[in-house]
Amino acid sequence: MDSKNTNDWLFEITPKNKIFSLNFKEIWQYRDLLMLFVKRDIITVYKQTVLGPLWYLIQPLFTSITFTIIFNNVAGIKTGSIPPFLFNLAGIMVWNYFTACLSGTSDTFKANAGIFGKVYFPRIITPLSIVISNLVKFGIQFCIFIVFYVIFFLQGADLSLNISSLFFPLLIVFMGILGLGLGMIISSMVTKYRDLNNLVGFGVQLLMYISAVMYPMELIKEKLPKFGWIVQYNPLAYIIETSRYMLLNIGSISILGLLYTAVVTLVVFFAGLLIFNRTEKSFIDTV
Amino acid sequence: MKDIILKAENISKQYRLGEVGSGTLKHDLNRWWYKIRGKENPYLKIGDVNDRSRKGNSDYVWALQNINFEVESGEVLGIIGKNGAGKSTLLKILSKVTAPTTGSIKSRGRIASLLEVGTGFNAEMTGRENIFLNGAILGMTKKEIASKLDEIVEFSGCERYIDTPVKRYSSGMTVRLAFAVAAFLEPEILVIDEVLAVGDAEFQKKAIGKIQDISKEGERTVLFVSHNMAAVKSLCTKGLVLVNGKVAMSGSVENAVNFYLSQSSDSMNKKVFSSEYDRKEFKIHEISLNPVGKSSEDPLDEYQKIEINTLFTLKDDSRKLHLTYVLNNEFGEPLFTFSYISKNLKLNTGLNKITCSLPEGFLNVGTYYLSLYVIENSKTTLFVEKDIMSFIIQEGERPIGSWMGREPGFIKPKFDWSIEVN
Repeated sequence: MDSKNTNDWLFEITPKNKIFSLNFKEIWQYRDLLMLFVKRDIITVYKQTVLGPLWYLIQPLFTSITFTIIFNNVAGIKTGSIPPFLFNLAGIMVWNYFTACLSGTSDTFKANAGIFGKVYFPRIITPLSIVISNLVKFGIQFCIFIVFYVIFFLQGADLSLNISSLFFPLLIVFMGILGLGLGMIISSMVTKYRDLNNLVGFGVQLLMYISAVMYPMELIKEKLPKFGWIVQYNPLAYIIETSRYMLLNIGSISILGLLYTAVVTLVVFFAGLLIFNRTEKSFIDTV
Repeated sequence: MKDIILKAENISKQYRLGEVGSGTLKHDLNRWWYKIRGKENPYLKIGDVNDRSRKGNSDYVWALQNINFEVESGEVLGIIGKNGAGKSTLLKILSKVTAPTTGSIKSRGRIASLLEVGTGFNAEMTGRENIFLNGAILGMTKKEIASKLDEIVEFSGCERYIDTPVKRYSSGMTVRLAFAVAAFLEPEILVIDEVLAVGDAEFQKKAIGKIQDISKEGERTVLFVSHNMAAVKSLCTKGLVLVNGKVAMSGSVENAVNFYLSQSSDSMNKKVFSSEYDRKEFKIHEISLNPVGKSSEDPLDEYQKIEINTLFTLKDDSRKLHLTYVLNNEFGEPLFTFSYISKNLKLNTGLNKITCSLPEGFLNVGTYYLSLYVIENSKTTLFVEKDIMSFIIQEGERPIGSWMGREPGFIKPKFDWSIEVN
């Protein structure tokens, strides 16, 4: 055997993974697949529908209307000088992005078992594509937010931006990463223990109530001082509260809260990557 | 000098049988407990040989055990074995879909697999969109696909439907399109599993031709799994036989296929008769079939000249006995009756060996049953035994580019033909 045969293998398939191996080079090689998945996710949703992409707008608009009627008109939650509809729309928009990322990615292994069982590509491409395609949907929803913003502004509502508004995209990226991280953790565990699937379904709904989506963060501290900590320790609440501050100049921005959010997000994300990596090699045997 | 492109060392794969339930958590915890004490996984030591038909003692089985092989660059390796022998598991490990329990695979080239065509096709998307999506899933870049798009469409023969959603395609068209995409992949190592089971004759021909082209170019190494021995024989250069998760034999494709066939055929080509078949006038010892010049251990194929031998003891040759055989197909329908009624072939007192030679390539691929009648004076039946033995005619090696399926009918007589030109 010549020397060429004893070394310089292109790759090796072994039972064990390194503790942490995210092969960026490989992901880069598959970037076209990532973009095609994103395209698939977006266009297949409105194929053979009459309203097409309009469906992306209908859901947040109607939810905002419902929230405005129930929480603001019936329950009487005050939103200051900001029109309640706009207040709700901003919260729902950001919240929707998180839940779409979470529920989309948490199903990664189970929903794609068919394709994962047959070909190899870096598995992380799938959750990444979900986060990106949902970002596009978020972009569309953001456009309608701007339209309403302008309408309310022209009608004389007291709307203003501030310097922090510029950081809004960064906030959304954090939201995406948090959703991705959590989703990856859940998707990995769902392969063996299906119980988690049920948990995600109603867990997300419950989570919304402690994430300051339909009320300002101040309000919970004021009305429920005993349970306010639940909201305060919820990184999602900070993201939503901050996004409203950035877009509508309402509420508060807490640097400490944001720092806490950033740390939690990164910890969750890396934990997610770790577990995901461990799972992807052999999940097909247990799913 | 050998140029080894792929090397499998001690590959084993363990699977847990039964349902994944609360016991899983217990085993997981146990495993983890061993791990933190720095001990070996306790469940790796147990495990049965994977024989699906027998009841085992353990919940764990070894789907693959200590698989070692090397593939040279440009080789077409046929992997054959019965259902459940571990072929697909091996391919899954090779294509990185699942990791081996122990061992490692080293490769010098990119591996792309065609485990089941149509993977990742999205029914809502058009054929064109799916070509891009499927190509990307298989590891091609957008640019690569775009440069081959026309060829792919042409090869698939679905030009007219290319901008129609795939859900409107017939299943055959989906397969054509999927195979076309994969056929234009350019990995150094291509893994193909059972693609030929689908598609019509025209497409099978195309597909086999393409695989042949791919491997002829020399640069590409192909690992091919199929139950179609005709295809394996014509395409592959080397063969690897898996039996219950172990390599039972590896070598030239001829030897591997023969080994596999002799292993797998439950109908032996030889039957020895016990005394319950004895009659007052005669005793039948055995019937065997063999290709001319070979033993009854060798498999029979559709192109060979086949001999049917009957060993027979006659008590008294003054009685005019003769043997009549009826050949039935697998549905139990009689195909034809044959017997020797000739003056110069007379059974003698004592042991007789009667040989009947079927012409070359007379029987088509299939399973056949033989019935035997012993008749006296052309009118009285002394002995009747229906379906006394069965045998299988296998596919032979066919020319490249020809159809790998089975022609209709059971016999393939060679008639005399003539053409008159005026």
